[in-house]
Formats: sequence, structure tokens, C-alpha cells
Amino acid sequence: MRAFHLARWQKSGMFTTVLPGLLLLAGCSRHPAANQLTPKAYGSQIVETSGSKQTAQVGDELPQPVVVQVNGVNGNGIEGALVSFHGEGLTFNPQQALSDSSGQVTTLVQLGFVSGDYQIVAETPKQGGGSVTLNPMREIALGYEATLGKAMNEKYCIRCHDPESTPERVSNFDNLSPAPHQFSDGATYNGISDAELVNIISYGGQNAGKSPQSPAFGTTLKPDEIKAVVAYIRAIADPPYPIPGVKDGK
Amino acid sequence: MSFRNQIGWVRRTFFGDPARRFAWTSLILTISLAIAPTKEFFTDWRQYQRQFLKLIHGRSDSAAIESRFASGIQQIWIPEQNVVDRCGTCHLALKEESLRDVHMQPFRPHPTIPHSLTDFGCVVCHGGQGAATTVEDAHRGTKAWEQPILPARFLEASCGQCHLGTLEGTPKLNLGRQLLARYGCVRCHTVTQPDGTVVASTDDSPPLGHIAEKTSREWLFAWIKNPQAYAASATMPNFQFTDREAADVATFLIAQSTPSGGAQAQVSGEISSGKGSSTKSSSAESSAVKSSSDKSSSAKPGADAGQEGASVYGTAFCSSCHAVQNAAGNIVGGDLGPELTRIGSKVNPDWLHRWLKDPQAYDPRTQMPHYRFDEKQLAMLSGYLLNKKDDGLLANAQVPASESDSVARGKKLVAEYGCAACHQINGVNRPQNFAPDLSGVGSKPLAQISFGPGSPETLPDYISGKIHDPRAAGAGLKMPKYALTNSQIEALTIALLAQTDRAANLPKALILSAAHPSDYQPGGDAGRLMNELRCQSCHSINGHGGDMAPDLSWEGSAVQRPWLEEFMRNPNTLRPALIRRMPKFNLSPAEIKTISDYMLSAYEAPGFDSGALDTHALNADAAARGKELFYSKYGCQSCHIADYKKDKGYIGPPLAGAGNRRPAVWIYRYLKNPQAVVAGTQMPNANLSEDEARDLTAFLMTLKAKENGGAK
Repeated sequence: MRAFHLARWQKSGMFTTVLPGLLLLAGCSRHPAANQLTPKAYGSQIVETSGSKQTAQVGDELPQPVVVQVNGVNGNGIEGALVSFHGEGLTFNPQQALSDSSGQVTTLVQLGFVSGDYQIVAETPKQGGGSVTLNPMREIALGYEATLGKAMNEKYCIRCHDPESTPERVSNFDNLSPAPHQFSDGATYNGISDAELVNIISYGGQNAGKSPQSPAFGTTLKPDEIKAVVAYIRAIADPPYPIPGVKDGK
Repeated sequence: MSFRNQIGWVRRTFFGDPARRFAWTSLILTISLAIAPTKEFFTDWRQYQRQFLKLIHGRSDSAAIESRFASGIQQIWIPEQNVVDRCGTCHLALKEESLRDVHMQPFRPHPTIPHSLTDFGCVVCHGGQGAATTVEDAHRGTKAWEQPILPARFLEASCGQCHLGTLEGTPKLNLGRQLLARYGCVRCHTVTQPDGTVVASTDDSPPLGHIAEKTSREWLFAWIKNPQAYAASATMPNFQFTDREAADVATFLIAQSTPSGGAQAQVSGEISSGKGSSTKSSSAESSAVKSSSDKSSSAKPGADAGQEGASVYGTAFCSSCHAVQNAAGNIVGGDLGPELTRIGSKVNPDWLHRWLKDPQAYDPRTQMPHYRFDEKQLAMLSGYLLNKKDDGLLANAQVPASESDSVARGKKLVAEYGCAACHQINGVNRPQNFAPDLSGVGSKPLAQISFGPGSPETLPDYISGKIHDPRAAGAGLKMPKYALTNSQIEALTIALLAQTDRAANLPKALILSAAHPSDYQPGGDAGRLMNELRCQSCHSINGHGGDMAPDLSWEGSAVQRPWLEEFMRNPNTLRPALIRRMPKFNLSPAEIKTISDYMLSAYEAPGFDSGALDTHALNADAAARGKELFYSKYGCQSCHIADYKKDKGYIGPPLAGAGNRRPAVWIYRYLKNPQAVVAGTQMPNANLSEDEARDLTAFLMTLKAKENGGAK
């Protein structure tokens, strides 16, 4: 009965015109200022200087700014080229700017409401029309679960799984053989299912046919915390972890 | 056609005869009656419900999702939490895990959280108008609404309504609460949590009653003008005083200063080599050299002396508590005590000498231990510290000269700006209720706030703006400006947003209080000694003390006496990889015995007596089995060193001397359940069987190497 009504309404023009209108109203309340800058120069290439693959909590500003550089034909930085940033769900400060004397533009990026990956596209107009764009830069927003997983990682896992050593946190990575995998190592972890990862964390490497040097955490961590570690590994995976069970080709 | 003709035509057509009149009137009536139901039919939520069904149509699990779908307004009503939520009317997929690939709102599933959505509803965390049924009413804020929707970056504030302690999953809330206490916010503002706890300050503002002994008017002026120019990590805020005001405050502070206990003792001749107090920083250098040569003939001036001073600084582990900015601009070291980068430009050399000799004579409440430095060490250490200076700091300070009424003006400023809320100052009482109470600031009605020009009119923007630039909202405001980064301000804002009226009115059973610290102090002679050494600045004992070093509540069951005594004599043995370590206090054998006796008897853990483990079973066979378990089955060597020649793991403490350090019962109990013995330890609980734990204990008890065998 309901389905019948629905089908009829879906076909009516009313439905297709009202709904996008409403969605527009709901989704686009924050328009970027339409203060178009005028470029003083044009480049032929745009490259990333720094700032991709950063991790922050949802809604937060990325810890480091994103910096891109506009180059001329000879590969030198071009001053005064217009660069604009786009990215669904992202807020840029500034959203567009002219490049400085070394051809660089720096922007602060605030992540959106939703956890997962965000893509930054940087674009600069070309002389005589058209524009050059930089391959999308990936940024990662951690939701509650991945944030909890990150906290667990920093307490229990990171000193073996991360080779980076600081005076405050000396890495144990180099002392281990076989070497542990870094949690961002998507090439390795993406091939292991959630259930298997939970199993390895809970019962230790040896029980999963891996190194006994990775201890069992099943009694130390709560099931939710182990799940959170898996969520964190998935969130920071590089290459990104494909969402399982994606249907309908979305 | 004229207007009159038109009227005539309308009259003829619609009302020409009674039948027409009746027909048209009925039609108009029917249409007007239909307006209400039609409007209802086109409401936002109906559109979304139709759109949702279209979205799931054709998915393989559409039948299952559709069977869970209920049309009409969906409401969660939780009277005791004051929750009436209709969000689920449009947010239809909150619990539909299989729609994880859907990115379009309002149809995204809710991310994993530790609570049931139906038990708490939505507005408890997200804010917004739960009872609204249009997009606009539910989400957009107006100034008249009590509860605008909370942006995602401040969402951790909502966790903080019930969770008053530290939560692993809310780093920003934890940081914010830490800053609230550490930056002295709660010295002026009262913050009462829903369980009635008044947030206490953890800042260590120095008392200023004897300040003239410690430093000069010039330094005070420079410091008050810009605390971070002296020490980048200083928590003291900037009161944005004019030069005149800062000079008056400095003059008053010097004027109110009285001699400290240490200085009086010196005057009475107890410290024979002490020279008269000199308050001019210009004499610092000469005086330092003089005191070095006076007090120790073997302390040579020049590079050697500097190196020896650095080595005293190192073995005393000053850097566990004090930071120094290095050449790269990084601030390295602990933050329990003040940063020492430019200490030589601040302190009077005589004061420094007295302070290092016995800090508690100057400030009885200081967290700094009373080291047992000898005169030679004192001279080297103070010489080393006095060399840490920045001549530009005071040279650039143009201090206005004191005027006849400077003291009176300074005192007035000190009272007006509430300096005594943090610092003890002679003749000025600690102000009460000095600044607005912030216990319910997370529910402050927007209508009561005067927003600055250009500021977005939301509560998070107001709070963070206020911290960022406290005096922007108008003239006459007194709150000082803090040197906080944007992320620290965001964290503080989150901690303050957690202070809601809703939280204050929640059923008390929902409130999870933080662990309340005790005021435990060890007693007797040992207690006096341990207090002098300020053990509890770093170690917690029975719920009172710092968290830098291990909890000592059960230390009596955790160590063997010879090891404990040797450790206090020479602590520089355990965990060479750590940069924060136990300092060498230069204790006398009698002092070591007093403390050991006390700790070994007063800090015994329940159930750690010899009855807990049959020590006869710890034989060579068991040790051999334990060794096998250690190296093969459990891979303990990845984190611990049992043999300095072979093992490299250094996450956990080296175990090569475990048999000398730990009693067997402690090792056994710890292996069985590490977290039950040392709360919060990283050591994983390996779920060992009784036999395995016993065999590993037997193996570890055979390890009796000297602990620093592998360290330099």
C-alpha cells in the first residue's frame, strides 16, 4: 500500500522539484564568500608542497596547513597566481588566494561533520582560459571509534608498530624481527578481515600464525576497545580501506 | 472590459442563480478545508520518508530495512533526561549498519558510539530542537532558542556532561579539563560539576610575599608586561597593563615583600658564607662568580664549571620537572616546575643558592624537593643556572621610575585585577567570587550574551572568542589574555560547554564522577622525610600525589629491601631510556633506612604474603620451563631485557636484575593480572595459567645481574 503511494508520488513532478529544493535549503547554508580575486599571473602546473594525508578528529582543523605551489613552464614558482581550494564537506581559510613570492599558497583546512576520507582539490586558472588542478589530496577525519582506537594505539601499540622515535617515546620497532607492520600499511591490513584483526589483537600473533612477539591483548583490552583499534587501522589505511559490502555501485 | 463589467461577469458566472451560488461556495469551502491536510502532506519529514524508501528500493536488503521502517513521526521520550526527540522521523537509517555506504544526510547510519541511541536520544549529545519536525526548526539556531545544535568539533562536550573523569575516547575534553585546572581559570571562576565537585586548580602560582629576595623590580616589570617573552611555556596570562601600570604593580610587589624564613636564618648567621641580599640584577654575574669561588675551591670557572654544573643538573634530574628551550626553539623537559631558559636573568644569586639548598624555607608549599646538595654541588648548579640568561630581556625593558604614589596605585591594581586569586600577596586578601560562575555556562542563553561585532552568534564561538580575546566584548573587562594555541582554546571551550543545566538536572545515577584524590600523607619521621623530598610531587600514594612516577601504595610488597636501599642511594640505574627519572637526592644511610623501614611495612599490598605462592616450586626445572615460555611462547624479550648481551626490547623495564628487585610473590601476582597490581600498566595480561605464571616467576627470580649492566 505504502509502496504504491510512493511510486505514484515519485513519478509526479512535484516530488522531483520540491525535494531538490529542500535539500538545497538544508545542505547549502554556508556559501563561501563570492569575493573573486583577480590573478596577477598564471602558472602551468600546480604541485603539493605539504599537508596531505593528515589525520584529525571530525570537525577539527588539520594540525598542519595545506600548502601548494604554482609553477611556470620552467618549474619555478609563480607569484600572484590564483589558487582556489574545493572539497566536499571541507572549510578552507582562505578558500582562495594569490601565490606568494615562491609561488606558494597556504590554507587552513577544517574537516566536516562526518568521519572518513575527504579530498582537497586545488585549482589555478591557466593563461587564456581553462585551469590546472592538482590530484585530490586525501585527509582523514576520525570519528569517535577511531579516536578511541588512536588512544589505544598510543598507549599499547605504537612503540612497536611505529618506527618513529622521539625522546619521549623511544621506538622499539628496530629491535623486532620480523618487523611489525605500521598501522597505516593498507597494502597489508586491507587484505585482513575485521574478524581476523580482532582475532590477532585478542589472541596474539602466535595464535594467528604470526610472530609471538605481538602479545595477546584480549584480556587487557575490552572488546569495544579492540574494535576501536581495528576502526583506527581502517581509518588511516594507505591505500584506503574499501568499505565492505558496498552495494548499488555507490 | 472595464472593472465594473468584470464584477458583473463574475457575479453572473458564479452567483447567477441559487444552484451556481451553492456549487461555487461548496467548491471554495472544500478547497479551503483541504489546505490543512495538503500542507501536512508536503511537510519536510514526509518528503524525507518517501525519499528514504526510494533510496533503499532495489537494494538487496531493502525488504529487511523496509520492515524496520515505520512511517509517521518517530519520537523518543525520556522524561527523566528531559528528552523529546523526533530526529528519527527523518534520520531514518541511524541504526541501519548496511547503509554505511550512504553518504547523503539525513540517511547516514549513526557512527559507532558506546551508548544506545534509544536510551539517551539525540539532543542530549547534539543539542538542537528535538521536538521540531522541520529541518529549519530542528537544526538552525536563533538567539531565542535555548539549545542550538552543537557543531561536531565541540561534540566531546556532551560526553563531559555525565563523564566527569578522563575518558579514553575524548582527548579534547580531557585536555580542556586539564587546562581549566592548570591555567588557573578556576582560581577566579567557580566551576561546579553535576556531582557537586568544585573543580580545583592544579596550577602552582608562586607566593609573592618574599618576592624581593628572589628577583628585581625590573624583572617583575618585564614579566608582567609579557610573561611569555621570559618563558615561552609560562602559564601566567598577560594583563595588558600599560608601562606605568606594570611598573606600579612591580613597585608594590617589591614594597609588600617581607624577609622569608631562609633569609632570616641567613641573617642570624646560620649560613656563614651568605652575603647580604642584593636585589640588583646587574650584580648577578659578579655575585655568582664570587659565591662559586667562596664556597668551593674545586669548582673552576669557565667551561669545566659549566660542564660540572650541567652534570649536577643531569643527575638531579631537574629536567624531569623543569624545561629549557633548546637552540631549535623546542621546549624540552617537564612542566611541573617553571621553565628555566632565562632563569639567570630573573633570580638573585643569593636567593638561588638558598633556594637550591632548601626550597621549602622560602615557600613551604612548593613541589620542589629538598635535595641534599653539598656546597660544591650548590655552587656548580647555581653557577650553571645563572648562566642561562638573556641580557636583552631586561636591557630592552624601559621601566618607568617609581613615583611617590606608585605603591598605592600598584596595590589598587593588584586588588582590581585579582592577582591575589592565584598568588599570596601581603596585605591583599584572596578575592571571593571574583569572576562569573561558569558552572552552567554550557547552557547560557544566547539572548543574554553581547556578541562582539562580526562574531558568529553561537555559544561555542562566544566562549572561544572570549578566551582568545577576553576584552574584545567591551571596555572595562579585566580578564587577562592567555597564551593558548587554537587547539587549546577549542579544548577549553569543550570543557566549558560540558557545564550544562541539563547535566545539573540529570538523575544522579547517570553521573560518573572522577576519582577524588585523597589527602593522604605518610606519618612519623619517614613521613617528614618523604614530605621534605616531596615524594608525592611525582609518586601517588594511597590516592594522593603526582602521576609522573609509579604509584607507591603497594611498594612494600613490590621490592626487596637491598634493592630499594641501593635504588635510593643511586637511582640512576633503572630504565635508562626514560628521560624523566628519579633524581639522586644524596640521602644519608640513616635517611635511607628510615624511608625503607616505613615503605616496606606501611605499603604492603593485601594478599601478597608468602601463602600466595609455593616458593619451593620455584626450582631449576621450573626456571628452565619459564625461560622457554619467556623467549618462545610469549616473546617477552620484544619488550624486556632478560639478558643484556642478547635482548634489546626496552618498552618495559629491564628484567636482568628482576630476581634482586622483586619478591617472587609480587612477580607471580603481577604476571597473573598486571592491571590488578599496577593500575593502568601497558603490560598486557597474557591470561597465564597458574603453572605458566609460576614457571615464569621461577625464571625471573634467577635473573640477578646488576641492573645497569647494559647501560652506559
